[in-house]
Amino acid sequence: MAGATRTPTNLTQGGKTDAGIGASTLRPDGTLKVTGEFAYSSDMWHEDMLWGFTLRSTVAHAEIVSIDTSEALAQSGVYAVLTYDDLPTDVKNYGLEIQDTPVLAHGKVRHHGEPVALVAADHPETARRAAAKIKIEYKELPVVTDEASAIAEGAPLIHEGRDDHHSGHVPHPNIVHRQPIIRGNADEAAKKADVIVSGEYVFGMQDQAFLGPESGLAVPGEDGGVDLYVATQWLHSDLRQIAPVLGLPEEKVRMTLSGVGGAFGGREDLSMQIHACLLALRTGKPVKIVYNRFESFFGHVHRHPAKLWYEHGATKDGKLTHMKCRIVLDGGAYASASPAVVGNASSLSVGPYVVDDVEIEAIALYSNNPPCGAMRGFGAVQACFAYEAQMDKLAKKLGMDPVEFRQLNAMEQGTIMPTGQPVDSPAPVAELLRRIKAMPLPPEQQWLAAGESADVRALPGGLSNTTHGEGVVRGIGYAVGIKNVGFSEGFDDYSTARVRMEVVGGEAVATVHTAMAEVGQGGVTVHAQIARTELGVEQVTIHPADTQVGSAGSTSASRQTYMTGGAVKNTCENVREKVLEIGRRKFGTYHPAWATAELLLEGGKVVTDGGEVLADIAEVLEGEAVDLELEFRHRPTEPFDLKTGQGFGHVQYSFAAHRAVVEVDTELGLVKVIELAVAQDVGKALNPLSVVGQIQGGTTQGLGVAVMEEIIVDPKTAKVRNPSFTDYLIPTILDTPTIPVDVLELADEHAPYGLRGIGEAPTLSSTPAVLAAIRNATGLELNKTPVRPEHLTGT
Amino acid sequence: MRVTFTVNGRKQEADDVWEGESLLYVLRERMGLPGSKNACEQGECGSCTVRLDGIPVCSCLVAAGQVEGREVVTVEGLADFAKQRAEKGGCASGACGTSLQEAQQWQSKPADSQTGENTDLSPIQQAFIDAGAVQCGFCTPGLLVAADELLERNDSPSDADIREALSGNLCRCTGYEKILDAVRLAAARGENRTVGQGA
Ligand code: FES
Ligand code: FES
Repeated sequence: MAGATRTPTNLTQGGKTDAGIGASTLRPDGTLKVTGEFAYSSDMWHEDMLWGFTLRSTVAHAEIVSIDTSEALAQSGVYAVLTYDDLPTDVKNYGLEIQDTPVLAHGKVRHHGEPVALVAADHPETARRAAAKIKIEYKELPVVTDEASAIAEGAPLIHEGRDDHHSGHVPHPNIVHRQPIIRGNADEAAKKADVIVSGEYVFGMQDQAFLGPESGLAVPGEDGGVDLYVATQWLHSDLRQIAPVLGLPEEKVRMTLSGVGGAFGGREDLSMQIHACLLALRTGKPVKIVYNRFESFFGHVHRHPAKLWYEHGATKDGKLTHMKCRIVLDGGAYASASPAVVGNASSLSVGPYVVDDVEIEAIALYSNNPPCGAMRGFGAVQACFAYEAQMDKLAKKLGMDPVEFRQLNAMEQGTIMPTGQPVDSPAPVAELLRRIKAMPLPPEQQWLAAGESADVRALPGGLSNTTHGEGVVRGIGYAVGIKNVGFSEGFDDYSTARVRMEVVGGEAVATVHTAMAEVGQGGVTVHAQIARTELGVEQVTIHPADTQVGSAGSTSASRQTYMTGGAVKNTCENVREKVLEIGRRKFGTYHPAWATAELLLEGGKVVTDGGEVLADIAEVLEGEAVDLELEFRHRPTEPFDLKTGQGFGHVQYSFAAHRAVVEVDTELGLVKVIELAVAQDVGKALNPLSVVGQIQGGTTQGLGVAVMEEIIVDPKTAKVRNPSFTDYLIPTILDTPTIPVDVLELADEHAPYGLRGIGEAPTLSSTPAVLAAIRNATGLELNKTPVRPEHLTGT
Repeated sequence: MRVTFTVNGRKQEADDVWEGESLLYVLRERMGLPGSKNACEQGECGSCTVRLDGIPVCSCLVAAGQVEGREVVTVEGLADFAKQRAEKGGCASGACGTSLQEAQQWQSKPADSQTGENTDLSPIQQAFIDAGAVQCGFCTPGLLVAADELLERNDSPSDADIREALSGNLCRCTGYEKILDAVRLAAARGENRTVGQGA
């Protein structure tokens, strides 16, 4: 191998200056990714490195009576075996919001698969075999698996002696957080209802199932610090949690983002980061950890499974009168992002509709189920599944068209949210529904018309050849959703960008350096586009993301183009000002326009707004460089009131609508989704090609949860039954239909370029649209995800 | 044990290979070829797909010892592999793929710049970039190897053919639509014309 290490590199992309915002510029990392050269976190490599392995709990809730590591340590090739007792400082827990997650289990394990011990060895198999020789004696405890068992008299407390900023207001210590929202008077308003519908809905536990496993490399530094190359969603959040456990100041933990193979929320929490550092610091050698798929299912938090109870009323002319709901999210053993998920689920529980009188409650439980936290859609997904089912029920009861019924109640700019917050940017809900309905439908079951036999590949069951079209029925369903963009409830959300402009080889070039995690969403592409637009240069270099520059915040909550894109824009604007100042100083005396005209940087030149060229940027910058690092913030928000849920809590909203067409084999209960069309408002498409790709990807994850994806946890033992890609199914290319996308661009005046976060909204409405289509095809009620054959055949 | 085989046309040798090691591990960790990806190591996702004597296989399911004396093409060798195929007029020898003789003369050319710009790409690699079929890119190497093999067999595949050929490769980011676009694009550009069944 060439060189002693493999680590991330700069990405440089030449390109025309018109490859700025709005153009479908290609990814600067595209070539590296198609040639296999791109350095993902599991590809990190260092001469002489060791392999780390994590031993995990085989039970869900138990006291640890003893751990014996002696036999493991005696294996040849083993360099270190660590348990809780080996942690170097008093800081032994970490967590995103509440520091309740042990680095290694101490005293107790609270969920199946919890990390208990670590091994470093010279071969991954040696490490695995040594770990198998660690003897742990458990004394099993009763498990808490749902709301009833969590709040039952004498229920075991998942976290005894809990003392965090939510513990004071929750009704039970096994409830992480509770957010009610009361607005108007739902009971009073219900009297005006001509029809009332209610329902109980169950949303299964979904996994992010990103393809690139949790992995990275920790290299001990000569100064006693450590260099960590890792795939994450937020370098600085990791850093804040890692450094205290290691007992190091933050500047001695140098983090560099390595290639991330997808994230979808699953990399917001730490996984192997601290473990690799501990092993590297203990052994004095570089340590690489790569989870296998089995471990990956235990190594990250999942989407909260939920139970939702809804009641809606409407008048006979189709106006919603009131809504009451209760949402119970299962957060599992540790808090992770549960409090924020509760805030989202409650505040977005009404959906994109106008309802003045509401009574809402959302809670998240502590249980012995796998910990749940962030996943694309973040609390809004579960609610959307339920309220959209309710909309169909109401429409049906009123004898109205489901789309028209939704349009009649659709929110718009100016609508007041149940939190009292006005929606102060475009909210084209009715328009998105109109567009989705207007899209041409896929062709009918042609074989029927032609009296031919069908191509079995196109039927439910596919090549399994389970039907030839008999018993196959088609259905159509619609859904629409609302998702908040960015971090809410008063979080001081900011992002930092460093931009350098200089002359290299006679040409003005820009370098953009941020700590933004590129997880596949295309942020690196967009940053280069923004720099080209703002600075008029062709060549932009994207510096690897690391902690040598200020925080970029998380690549989540659909916020990264808004926030770090906004930071790059803002910094570029300031760099431009500096460049123009240099120009005025150097050339101002030669041409009055330097002082009087509005000046722009375009095509490598300084031009007036009238189009007159004043100088080459390269001439202006000759011998000087401009280098700035600035922060960017969105407008402030405030926390929701803990009793009434009122407050200006969200920065921005995004909206998507879906139409699903499905075919169901009613004999075997197999579903084939024929088409999933989407209409979404993106404010401004900075890169239309990437926008469409994001929308299609989000749609497919929603399809997955509708018909196949679920982590199955045994309700008696709280053990995970299907931690593998053999048993946890994600959609293949055969399960995924064509996904036509209609992109609407209504600018949000508060956002950079008018853009709207896009990554999550398509995940919301995809699931209920598929469910609605299956209900339409079969006439069944179906209130649970995923829909399984037994739900359709009644077996 | 020692394992000797041809990778991307070059003879490679790995020493001290443990009997249980997979071809994927040997390629990634011993030969410095991390292009084949490790997403499930269970034969379920196709990220580790390579050609073994011309046949696409999940390299995570192949024991390293099984490849003794055989030929492997990974994503790192795909561009040259496709180029040689084009120069030889595809399956001119009557057997699709690169003959042992051809493979032995093959030399890998690593990317010449850090970003890989100006690198020679195979038509399917270029099409993946142009169609926006790459997001996180973790599934990409395996998909490329599988799609290249499809186009070698069938230069104008129908959508159903593409779906069938790629059904063993999971992608979590894209929703597959742009992957379909990429394969259609590569086929339309016609640079893969061979005497496969679709011709
Ligand atoms: S890594 Fe080989 S099939 Fe998934
Ligand atoms: S692009 Fe991320 S898995 Fe396919």
